[in-house]
Amino acid sequence: MLRSLKLEPEKCTGCLQCEMACSYEQEGVFNPAKSRIKVFTFHHEGVFAPYTCTQCDEAWCMHACPVDAIVVNAATGSKDVLNDVCVGCKVCTIACPFGTVNYNQDTGKVIKCDLCGGDPACAKACPTEAITYVDADQTGLERMRAYAAQSAQISPGS
Amino acid sequence: MAHVIIGAGPAGVIAAENLRKVAPAAAISIVGDEEGPPYSRMAIPYLLTGQIDEAGTFLRKHADHFSQRNIDLVHDRVDAVDSEASQVRLAGGSTLAYETLLIATGSRPIPPPIPGIELDGVHPCWTLEDARNVARLATKGSRVVLLGAGFIGCIILESLALRGVDLTVIEMERHVVPRMLNEVPARLIEKWCAGKGVRILTATRATAINRGGSAAGLEVTLDNGETLPADLVIAATGVRPNIGFLEGSGIDTDQGVLVDRRMRSNVSNVFAAGDVAQGVDFSTGNYSVHAIQPTAADHGRVAALNMAGRDMEYQGSVIMNVLATLGLVSSSFGMWNGAEGGDAAELVEADRYRYLRLQFEDDVLVGSTSLGLTQHVGVLRGLIQGRVRLGRWKDRLVADPTRIMEAYLAATRAIGANRRIL
Ligand SMILES: Cc1cc2nc3c(=O)[nH]c(=O)nc-3n(C[C@H](O)[C@H](O)[C@H](O)COP(=O)(O)OP(=O)(O)OC[C@H]3O[C@@H](n4cnc5c(N)ncnc54)[C@H](O)[C@@H]3O)c2cc1C
Repeated sequence: MLRSLKLEPEKCTGCLQCEMACSYEQEGVFNPAKSRIKVFTFHHEGVFAPYTCTQCDEAWCMHACPVDAIVVNAATGSKDVLNDVCVGCKVCTIACPFGTVNYNQDTGKVIKCDLCGGDPACAKACPTEAITYVDADQTGLERMRAYAAQSAQISPGS
Repeated sequence: MAHVIIGAGPAGVIAAENLRKVAPAAAISIVGDEEGPPYSRMAIPYLLTGQIDEAGTFLRKHADHFSQRNIDLVHDRVDAVDSEASQVRLAGGSTLAYETLLIATGSRPIPPPIPGIELDGVHPCWTLEDARNVARLATKGSRVVLLGAGFIGCIILESLALRGVDLTVIEMERHVVPRMLNEVPARLIEKWCAGKGVRILTATRATAINRGGSAAGLEVTLDNGETLPADLVIAATGVRPNIGFLEGSGIDTDQGVLVDRRMRSNVSNVFAAGDVAQGVDFSTGNYSVHAIQPTAADHGRVAALNMAGRDMEYQGSVIMNVLATLGLVSSSFGMWNGAEGGDAAELVEADRYRYLRLQFEDDVLVGSTSLGLTQHVGVLRGLIQGRVRLGRWKDRLVADPTRIMEAYLAATRAIGANRRIL
């Protein structure tokens, strides 16, 4: 059974430990600006919402890549960027309708969540269990995916 | 079932792969007229900078990718299609019969109507072959005149500048990338490039190219009276779909091959995809040619499913571009220039080279342009293509256009459990 990140804004306190852990794990620096998971702040509602790639089946990023630099990780189901193949054209950053593939100006490559190969640092770092790594069917991802399908361009013909 | 695909670019290759997934037993051939393994034109700028070698441009990296999938790559050119007999005629003289045909022949550069455009030392920058020619002549310190500062011109601009050439760019429109950005961000790009030593002349035309006095050199005459010496002239003044070989085939064309929401032409077993296809535009509902990679990928997939008999309808393609000019990133989506009766939100930070403009119709985002935005850009596509009703988030975006992610998360309830709290 594949596992996914379960994100629960109601448990998030906005401490940004996840962003710190992600940037450290992935980039070797404690720098939220380089994190692949982001906590969005809703001042009016007093809510913090962690958000990152859902590893969607449509994989818009992967299909738009002109040089085959994004591949499915067979072990985790994540869509991973191959750094040595990526040319930094950024087409995936506009193709991903969730806005979760970003361009890293320092390296000239794109970055996205790869579930840390199956042991996501953000989930380990979250002190309030707002981010957990659980069986895919428990994550509420269905709704995200349902939404993705609804907003997808392709639908069965009538 | 025998499927024949003309053109081994992204549209053709993606179609073949998708066909194989849903039609394990079908015969699939791709006829392509370019040498070597299928490659991606989009990778050419990075070949020119030396970041990758030619293998780095290949669409698929494993040598046996196609044979493993039992996809037959035929190196030849299709000269004609006989849609009544359902066969194509190859330049070599032989014919190939098909049950379904995909036209994925892309587009080709159109030389601007300038005397001297045929001279040695004048090249387009469209194919790998062109790139080799450009690389040979665009050496450090060489004088290069680039005609056209549209999207492709501007992409090559960066590569040329990074090669250390002495670069002048000529654009006949009022500002750079006129079909992607409005004047405010475009002027910022011009200023940015000027600051990095690239001379860009807008509202200027080249009127002639001549052999210069010195043996090797060319001279480009401009309508402002100036004459520029050049070791290389690159023409990036536009492309047109490769449809010439379809004359007399009975397949309807306009600017490109006219296709419906299933990527089907007027001939029921003939489909088209990618740069050559004139398909539905998501935003306008009109039929247009979108010569971009994401559209080629979408088209290829939809066409393949329909060719295999799965009835799939396409919502149409959202035009979208992302560009980097010497490190300054810009993007545009959908009806970036606004919809009739719509309104806009704008953020201008000229001194920081940042710009963001959102175009709305009612409370739905229909287009956008940005400069200096590298984070979460794709969500603009999500908002546009999902036709997401923004509700009260519309006003919030008008107040602060940068809050696109928050608007998306709140308006779509994208995160499983947040219905109650956002
Ligand atoms: C320098 C450069 C940079 C670019 N950058 C971007 C970018 O950043 N973002 C973006 O979205 N797009 C970009 N593009 C555009 C993108 O490359 C095209 O949209 C894409 O290649 C379209 O794919 P396609 O398969 O439809 O056509 P093509 O890639 O053109 O492939 C068509 C193939 O068919 C072959 N062919 C044509 N006629 C015949 C025939 N009669 N018989 C056999 N074969 C035939 C052609 O030779 C070609 O190999 C760029 C293009 C260039 C040149």
